[in-house]
Amino acid sequence: MRIPCYVVTTRIVTCLLISLLSWLPMTGAAQEPDGQALLEALDTRSFDDKAAAINAIIESEQPRADVWLQAMLDSDLQRLKDDGRFVIALETAGLDVTIEDALTGEAMGEVSRRNLDRLTINNALRSQLRSAISLVELYNGDQDARLDAAEGLIGDVEDAQVAPLTNRLDEEPSAAVRERLNQALAVYRLNQGDVDAIEVLAGSLNSQVRVALNRATQSDDPLVADAASAAIADIQQNLKINRGLETLYFGLSLGSVLVLAAIGLAITFGVMGVINMAHGELIMLGAYTTWMMQQLLPGQPGMALILSIPAGFMVSALAGIAIERGVIQFLKGRPLETLLATFGISLILQQLVRTVISPQNRTVITPEWMSGSLVVNDALSLTLNRLYVLGFALVVFAALMLIMRRTRLGLEVRAVTQNRAMARSMGIRATRVDIMTFALGSGVAGLAGVALSQLTNVGPNLGQNYIIDSFMVVVFGGVGNLWGTLVAGMSLGVINQVIEPWAGAVLAKIIVLVFIILFIQKRPKGLFPQKGRAAEG
Amino acid sequence: MQAMDSAQRFWLTRPFFERATQLFLGVLLAALTLVTVLHVMVPEGHPLYVSAFTVNLLGKYLSYALLAVSVDLVWGYLGILSLGHGAFFAIGGYAMGMYLMRQIGDRGTYGDPILPDFMVFLSWDSLPWYWLGFDMAWFAFLMVLLAPGLLALVFGFLAFRSRVTGVYLSIITQALTFALMLAFFRNEMGFGGNNGLTDFRELLGFDLRSDATRLGLFIATGIALALGYILCRAIVTSKLGRVSVATRDAEARTRFLGYRVERFQLFVFVVSAMLAGLAGALYVPQVGIINPSEFSPIFSIEIVLWVALGGRATLYGAVIGALLVNYAKTVFTGIMPDAWLFALGAMFVLVTVFLPKGVAGLFRYLKRKQGDDHPPKEATA
Repeated sequence: MRIPCYVVTTRIVTCLLISLLSWLPMTGAAQEPDGQALLEALDTRSFDDKAAAINAIIESEQPRADVWLQAMLDSDLQRLKDDGRFVIALETAGLDVTIEDALTGEAMGEVSRRNLDRLTINNALRSQLRSAISLVELYNGDQDARLDAAEGLIGDVEDAQVAPLTNRLDEEPSAAVRERLNQALAVYRLNQGDVDAIEVLAGSLNSQVRVALNRATQSDDPLVADAASAAIADIQQNLKINRGLETLYFGLSLGSVLVLAAIGLAITFGVMGVINMAHGELIMLGAYTTWMMQQLLPGQPGMALILSIPAGFMVSALAGIAIERGVIQFLKGRPLETLLATFGISLILQQLVRTVISPQNRTVITPEWMSGSLVVNDALSLTLNRLYVLGFALVVFAALMLIMRRTRLGLEVRAVTQNRAMARSMGIRATRVDIMTFALGSGVAGLAGVALSQLTNVGPNLGQNYIIDSFMVVVFGGVGNLWGTLVAGMSLGVINQVIEPWAGAVLAKIIVLVFIILFIQKRPKGLFPQKGRAAEG
Repeated sequence: MQAMDSAQRFWLTRPFFERATQLFLGVLLAALTLVTVLHVMVPEGHPLYVSAFTVNLLGKYLSYALLAVSVDLVWGYLGILSLGHGAFFAIGGYAMGMYLMRQIGDRGTYGDPILPDFMVFLSWDSLPWYWLGFDMAWFAFLMVLLAPGLLALVFGFLAFRSRVTGVYLSIITQALTFALMLAFFRNEMGFGGNNGLTDFRELLGFDLRSDATRLGLFIATGIALALGYILCRAIVTSKLGRVSVATRDAEARTRFLGYRVERFQLFVFVVSAMLAGLAGALYVPQVGIINPSEFSPIFSIEIVLWVALGGRATLYGAVIGALLVNYAKTVFTGIMPDAWLFALGAMFVLVTVFLPKGVAGLFRYLKRKQGDDHPPKEATA
């Protein structure tokens, strides 16, 4: 076992502290066997005696008990041949072993391996040690450690542990830990054929509990078997609900990605009527901006990610302005030509990234606060990065809604969309509004890229993969309607995830595309068609 | 004048009396003859000798040209920008490929007399039902036209009936070809998945690897292009063609005049899809492979560029565009492969912004400058 030196030092300090603190109440209980004696008991030939010695260690409340047990499990607990002192091997280099005193944790330098006797263990002892360690953790650890320990005990309780566990149940302050302990004891009782234990276990989503209940359905006692079957059915139901929630979560997550990718398009295509096939590449630019920021700020991926939100917006918005000024303004009123020209731009941008950066995918680091997952219960855990992206999508959506509804720019955009000539005669500079709108839509594409960099590979083809989906979302939701885009994106995401388990990812995608094609036949203007004046033209 | 004459003639023969069509057919015929003569008569090594490789390449270009004509028919004369014509092309190609696969017989790697190699590899024990009949040439050739035609019929019926037009239709056609691409990539579809159909041996008993067959295919493609061109010209100059042009320019107005616009659209769309399928069927034996990449949206949109570059709504412009762009592609990907996408992208932008009427528009402009007395009779949109 390799333990860096500073860990050893802190461990020594804590040990000293603990032993100092525990000294006061322990003075009265002088009849406690001392550490050396406890360890002596381990050094026997008989594995049964060793098992008894381990139990003695657990009950001794020795401060270093967990260290000993862990070392024994790792075969690092050894005995010096010359003076019979117990040591823990820290690091082995060739024949030399760095050791520390097992009792005090004092560093003892290096000795030759030949001077050491190893305390052997077998598989039965190994599992006993494991549950013993969790027991010791249960006594000494902080709340998280205790929770893990209690969880590990479910389905793994030995006869000898029942009494200390029951004692612990009374002393345990945390309700969550108590619940796990109760389950662990109930599984033990169930294995002994106790019907009442099933009542405690009903509704638990722990897989070990399910194993125990499944075993109980085979029980000779019909009472136990029936009760276990009922409990299992209950749990299955519960699991199904959780699985449904998980599918919904993944669906919403996929939906949020679609919404992010499509919402910028909903502005440029839906509101302005400009078909921008290079929208996907603007997303790609946002993702590459994130990568670039992380290159500029090495070692601070979180900071870089937060900074790339405004940076990604700016880069894509500027690219959008360049596209609008350079090409689209000359093709006003010719939507099919705009489509072709912007497609050409998308090819150029893709090839530009391939040539300048690399045709290979780049990795964008996920900061620590975004990795991992949020555990709701034993059957349902939500990955944090997807949760963040989901929240981000909703924030972006809300911000866009505010801009379109509550700001001067939004008002002007809506005016120009509805009646360009009239808006201009009212003193609105339509060309400026065009530029601002296109920049806004493009910038949002950049934001989508920043978010996507946390979920998928960042490569030159990133945008291409989303362009058709994005158009589908906008068309499905109803062109020119931001709410429609939100609903369409989310529902398409969920539909996709619901179909996927039985159809496979590719077929699910095909089915969704065919569904949209058919849907457009039925409602050519999408889910939420524009009505009144906005629908004209 | 000429319009009066031609109005009385039979619609299918009418194109033969048009100057532009006569010119186009003459040039095409001359080119076919010239290449054939240079390939057969001139000895190898002579500077004017046209190699079998070049003949093959030209045959490929001609099938692309036919595809471009079919796109121009719907885009130029019906106003429907189809971003999914590659799908019809690929389906025609697959129908031909299936026939060619069956012709391999027991000469495949696994030697199975009926099952193509990839099916043996996937350990299928019998042909799927949709492969039945493809061992007969007449059936396969019929399918080359019917399969894309049927898809266009169903798709067009649904789309035109509910009046999906303009950009929406473009995006849906793109989704269609994208969905088909994903579907054909699946091994379970029974079309060879990722690898597609390849390793062909012979067509109607002719060895596909021999130079003579390649020349034959080149000539056949040229004739198909000529016939396709005449058919399109005939449709365009017929009364039906006039209605479809009216639909292109003012759909609502045409509908109010009492025409069932969706029927005209459907008819022209299906004919165009069949022509695209024919082009695919001629393309496959010449390149020796058909795989799902022909369904990719980027290919379909590239076809539109050929038409745009050559000049929309001229038909001969589509042919010129297809030949120019594909020749440029061959040259570019040979010398500097990285630059091709830059060039292609730039072409998209430059053509739409600076050359909205394409090369054909440039011709007309120059011609008009030459003889400035009378303005052009027919303005194209």
